[in-house]
Amino acid sequence: MNSPSRLPFYIAVFLLIAAGISLAAWRHVELGIPWLTGEQRPVWMVEARVDFDGANDSVVASLNVPEQPPGFHILTEQAASPGYGFSIIDKSGSRRAEWTKRKVTGPQTLYFKAQFVPDPGAESPPPSQQPQTKRLFWEEPQATAVREILSQAEARSSTPESMTRELIRLMQPDTRIQNTTLLVSEDNYLQLLVNMLNHSGIAARTADGLKLEDARRRQQLTPFLQIYNGERWLTLNPKTAAQGVPEDVLLWRQGSESLLDVVGGGNSEISFSMLRQTVPALQLAAMQADGNGLGFLSFYELPIEEQSMFRMLLLLPLGALVVAFMRIVIGIRTSGTFMPVLIAVAFVQTTLAPGLIAFLSVVSIGLLMRGYLSSLNLLLVSRISALIILVIFITAGLSIFGYQMGFNTGMTVTFFPMVIIAWTIERMSILWEEESGKEVLIQGSGSLFVAICAYLLMSAPLAGHLTFNFPELHFAVLGLILLMGQYTGYKLTELKRFTPMKAYD
Amino acid sequence: MDWISPRSLKRLGMLNMNRRNVDYIARYNERSSYPLVDNKLKTKLAVAEYGVKTPKLLQVVKQQHEISRFREMAADLAGFAIKPAKGSGGKGITVITGRDGDHFVKASGARVGAPVLERHLTNILAGLYSLAGAPDVAIVENLVESEPSLARYSHQGVPDIRIVVFQGYPIMAMLRLATAASDGKANLHQGAVGVGLDIGTGKSLNAVQFNRPITLHPDTGLPLGNIQIDAWDEMLEMASRCYEATGLGYMGVDLVVDANEGPLLLELNARPGLAIQMANGRGLLPRLGAVEGLKRPHFTPSERANYAMKTFASL
Repeated sequence: MNSPSRLPFYIAVFLLIAAGISLAAWRHVELGIPWLTGEQRPVWMVEARVDFDGANDSVVASLNVPEQPPGFHILTEQAASPGYGFSIIDKSGSRRAEWTKRKVTGPQTLYFKAQFVPDPGAESPPPSQQPQTKRLFWEEPQATAVREILSQAEARSSTPESMTRELIRLMQPDTRIQNTTLLVSEDNYLQLLVNMLNHSGIAARTADGLKLEDARRRQQLTPFLQIYNGERWLTLNPKTAAQGVPEDVLLWRQGSESLLDVVGGGNSEISFSMLRQTVPALQLAAMQADGNGLGFLSFYELPIEEQSMFRMLLLLPLGALVVAFMRIVIGIRTSGTFMPVLIAVAFVQTTLAPGLIAFLSVVSIGLLMRGYLSSLNLLLVSRISALIILVIFITAGLSIFGYQMGFNTGMTVTFFPMVIIAWTIERMSILWEEESGKEVLIQGSGSLFVAICAYLLMSAPLAGHLTFNFPELHFAVLGLILLMGQYTGYKLTELKRFTPMKAYD
Repeated sequence: MDWISPRSLKRLGMLNMNRRNVDYIARYNERSSYPLVDNKLKTKLAVAEYGVKTPKLLQVVKQQHEISRFREMAADLAGFAIKPAKGSGGKGITVITGRDGDHFVKASGARVGAPVLERHLTNILAGLYSLAGAPDVAIVENLVESEPSLARYSHQGVPDIRIVVFQGYPIMAMLRLATAASDGKANLHQGAVGVGLDIGTGKSLNAVQFNRPITLHPDTGLPLGNIQIDAWDEMLEMASRCYEATGLGYMGVDLVVDANEGPLLLELNARPGLAIQMANGRGLLPRLGAVEGLKRPHFTPSERANYAMKTFASL
């Protein structure tokens, strides 16, 4: 009976499932939410240590701190410096950590800690306005040498990048000609390079990078050259002219003139230590979520109380899926369509064995009491109402009894939805009167079986993880349920039920 | 464990639960028509206009105060049945077969007084037997006196004939006989015997109880192999007429044969069960497919009944 009108339905279901899965995959890639629980990600903890001697005066210590270095995300930042006022200031394009204190004497130590997450895709934002080049005044004979070298490099290059590379090559000791020997000395190499590039009209500056190695202490920064190619700042190794930041190098300072300024103190020193840590990937994703445009799609920003509620709620579709499958495809009879799901939810909170014992005892005691109620010939509403009150009495009794006997598990009975249990008892009892005890047993054990299946699925850590962190996967669940709503094949139990038909085949 | 393969079920054309719900009930039965069949009083009134006879309506009790009139109405009646209009599965039906002085004799032989029946009416009004406990109406009907030739097969209760009607075509039929196990009710899943009836002739085919084939009635011990229903074409036409009355494309029509009045409609069912296939030893799908494949449907109930008798017996 597959009329063509069902095609759009199947397409819609397919789209729904595809949308759910691809949205989840997208968020996995973009936000780094892991597919599995317990996945770990490396994080670099870098500690900058500033030492100086106080001169019995007020002190302002200002340290340049990274702002979106290429190849990394900043996860956390904190400063440890007892007695100091601390703040992070954005000043003319560079971020600085500033410690202040009124009166300082003797050796001082300040710490600044930050966690960095490697992220190959992260880049520094391009500058908002064109950087200016400064032409320096050179004295003879340096002026002639600079002109010579620059014209030589310019002749063999076409772009700022190639110009820089040529210039670096010309300045190396093995290719050095007379002109360069005149200019280069031991400690002015990098500054000279920057000045010459600026002179030739290419905006250039220095940057400091930190080589990341696990568990290193007292590390120093290594200098890098940055040039502006008209769109963005490019980082080059000033010795080898290799372009780009090596993967294990964190650019600590770029764009700012000085790394550390201490006003009111002397002998200032800075050193870095670092540690490779691992953080659960999920925690990482949650911490980064607020910074990302996709973050609004997740529950991480809700208050914790609501989060835990949604954790529970988002498991329900899985239970519904199990019930739909069990009833439509397998053909297990349950009492009340979704009673098994609610029981399974209660099981998730109580764990299986105590939950099962509590549930069975409440229902069987309830059935006994309902037997008396039915002899009173009450009307439905008041019968159910009376039953609800009785169920509450029973749960209270079981809890108190369990507690006095020293079983804390007795208390878990309160997790069961009272009204649902009352209805279950009512239905079972009507079933008993109208059909037979056997039917009650069939439907009761069917319901419990489905509830246990749903519980096993819902209590799997992976299920909780996926449903909460990828709520869009519920589109796929919805699609599956819709598909099952169109299932017109035989149920498994019907294969048994129709067995006598073999005689007519 | 004994199983039948889905392939042989398909070969037999067995209709299953999921397919019945999706392809037939959901497609051919308008939701708005359900109240017509879920409420016996509405059914009675609707089919009466199409010439389908039902047991004579003696009284309708809609309000609590109307119960006082029940006693004077029932004063000189020998037998009657009290039914909740919205009851399902025979729930809340009390059958009085005779009198013993001031007392009423129930079908089971128990004697009850008028106050018991009045309380029963109150319970019906309060919705004790209706789905979800909705307030209900009680109807009091003439007692159906089953035709003796059929009644002897049944243990207590009145044997009834279930006919599945699809788009006005009666496509499959079975006779339902109450047993001790079913407590006098003609309800198959409670243990009544289902006897498949040849749609062409009204002769019995096979019999099942609890989904298992049987040849003798478990209580009366009578062979079920050669039962013949009289006035078969008339009954099929009657069932067919219910389609015009309700507009339900896929329904079960329950008829009884009254000794005095002939075939009467007991009730309609918008979700008829699947066990009728096992009683017949045939699947419903070939017949359903034949009706769906008809290029020009027949317009009158008698044409449809004739077509069904000619065509479906061999399917």
